[in-house]
Amino acid sequence: MTALVIAEHDHGALKSATLHTVAAAQKLGGDIHVLVAGHNAGGAAQAAASIAGVAKVLHADAAHLASQTAENLALLATSLAAPYYHFFLPATGFGKNAAPRIAALLDVAQVSDIIGVEAPDTFVRPIYAGNAFATVQSKDLKIVVTVRSTGFDAAPSTGGNAAIESVAAPADVAQVQVLGQELTKSDRPELTNARVVISGGRGLQNGENFKMLEALADKLNAAIGASRAAVDAGYVPNDYQVGQTGKIVAPDLYIAIGISGAIQHLAGMKDSKVIVAINKDAEAPIFQIADYGLVGDLFEIVPQLIAELG
Amino acid sequence: MKVLVPVKRVVDFNVKVRVRPDGSGVDTANVKMSMNPFDEIAVEEAVRLKEKAIVTEIIAVSCGITACQETLRTALAMGADRAILVESTVELQPLAVAKLLKAIVDKEAPQLVILGKQAIDDDANQVGQMLAALLGWPQATFASKIDITEEGGQKRATVKREIDGGLETLAMNLPAIITTDLRLNEPRYATLPNIMKAKKKVLDIIKPDALGVDVTPRLATLKVVEPPRRKGGGKVADAKELVAKLRNEAKVI
Ligand SMILES: Cc1cc2nc3c(=O)[nH]c(=O)nc-3n(C[C@H](O)[C@H](O)[C@H](O)COP(=O)(O)OP(=O)(O)OC[C@H]3O[C@@H](n4cnc5c(N)ncnc54)[C@H](O)[C@@H]3O)c2cc1C
Ligand SMILES: Nc1ncnc2c1ncn2[C@@H]1O[C@H](COP(=O)(O)O)[C@@H](O)[C@H]1O
Repeated sequence: MTALVIAEHDHGALKSATLHTVAAAQKLGGDIHVLVAGHNAGGAAQAAASIAGVAKVLHADAAHLASQTAENLALLATSLAAPYYHFFLPATGFGKNAAPRIAALLDVAQVSDIIGVEAPDTFVRPIYAGNAFATVQSKDLKIVVTVRSTGFDAAPSTGGNAAIESVAAPADVAQVQVLGQELTKSDRPELTNARVVISGGRGLQNGENFKMLEALADKLNAAIGASRAAVDAGYVPNDYQVGQTGKIVAPDLYIAIGISGAIQHLAGMKDSKVIVAINKDAEAPIFQIADYGLVGDLFEIVPQLIAELG
Repeated sequence: MKVLVPVKRVVDFNVKVRVRPDGSGVDTANVKMSMNPFDEIAVEEAVRLKEKAIVTEIIAVSCGITACQETLRTALAMGADRAILVESTVELQPLAVAKLLKAIVDKEAPQLVILGKQAIDDDANQVGQMLAALLGWPQATFASKIDITEEGGQKRATVKREIDGGLETLAMNLPAIITTDLRLNEPRYATLPNIMKAKKKVLDIIKPDALGVDVTPRLATLKVVEPPRRKGGGKVADAKELVAKLRNEAKVI
């Protein structure tokens, strides 16, 4: 049984979520092929070929794959589908957008956001904002899966030497025009990848105060995240949101500052190795899951922390 | 133009669900149920398009048990014009829901379907994309802004959508599928007069059989368990103690 992993990449390089997705596919015990669909994406195809444990890379190169729309990607994936039982995509914005389109064209179910592989047809996934784990088994002839990165350690990005095979892309369906992207610029580690994440909530009061967290993040080489309340209030951009409907993170250290700990927020961070909470309300639910809770005013504590870290 | 808004009845977002001790699922008896929050946003967006005279009719659809009528009445009270319940006691999985919705789209011929990006019970994030595939329509998922324009009789949607690194803007001709993200709008509350009016609006009930759709589940749930519980609750006195503990005890900095 061979699994097809559909790579997330920026043409030049692979996104780290792809490595976690390959790692999940390795648990199936069969061969792994990786599909790299893009334009001038030789760099990403090379990177995929170097992943330890990958047997073959399928490289589709076409101008209309530059923006990787779900419409074109789903057609490409289904055109290659015959030999494969498993289709694995990362449970990122990219994978969530494309995977169900592939599943529906194949007329099979999708299992979203898996955190465990029990058998080639049986997977574990969180439901109800992570308040329950369901084990589900597919009865279909093929299965589409999205993989939650925090559930699987990344596959080694080197050590492999897979053959790269060019595959033809179906004609452009041209249904969607990408007019542009506004990407948040940051020199910090990527939120879903960082070893330390510092998140701020409504307690920060405004965007200006978030700068205080920047100084703390500098000391710890941390990424910055936020609760939905902070994002909604416009303190920080939307892609900072951690939670059930935002990003899922599991760093070594997660510091929640001025965040109450709603279930939807916990869903995105409660698998972090060590959790610190700073909140002036001793009853805030975040303290129930924090390893180190510090009750007090963040506007006093954060500067003290920065000073302590030297 | 007509717009279709699928709405799901789910456990209210404020409820912390309990896993049944026998591992067969979560307890939903005597638990507050509400419209999926993302679907409220979808209804709100449709109502705003109607207020701007871009949309002429809003049809709310729910697939599930008889009690989904309550969810549909909420949609009607928010401003939907009529409602359809696809009634079934079978567990409806995303592919089955997408097929039911496709059958409704084939009958009603809307130009736009606005769905939530994700149901907060199954957290699947699938139905909108699946429906788009089944119809062969373009999709704009995770929308935070929608503009509909018309040129020479062709309607077009320009959608700002949330991606992992920021925002992306897409343009597409209608008919199309859009799924909502949280920042698209702030849904209105239904007022008492509108709740009264909603009781008189048309709510049709159909069965999956009548739509020719096989809704047999494709996935079997083998068991549902509580996630491992985290042992939290530890406290430190001040910043100094925190840094010392992170360095020497947890060894994470
Ligand atoms: C469908 C849906 C999806 C959602 N998805 C998400 C999601 O993905 N992620 C998410 O985060 N939320 C999500 N939410 C929102 C969630 O329910 C909460 O509303 C949100 O997480 C609250 O954010 P907060 O903790 O910053 O704000 P609040 O709950 O208002 O908490 C602010 C905290 O700051 C503390 N504070 C205030 N001032 C100070 C000070 N000076 N010093 C120290 N502490 C201070 C207060 O004591 C309080 O505990 C979702 C909601 C819905 C309905
Ligand atoms: N049973 C249902 N009835 C009506 N709409 C649904 C149903 N299930 C899902 N949907 C729609 O599909 C969206 C995504 O759901 P899901 O793919 O299950 O996360 C929801 O926000 C609804 O708009």
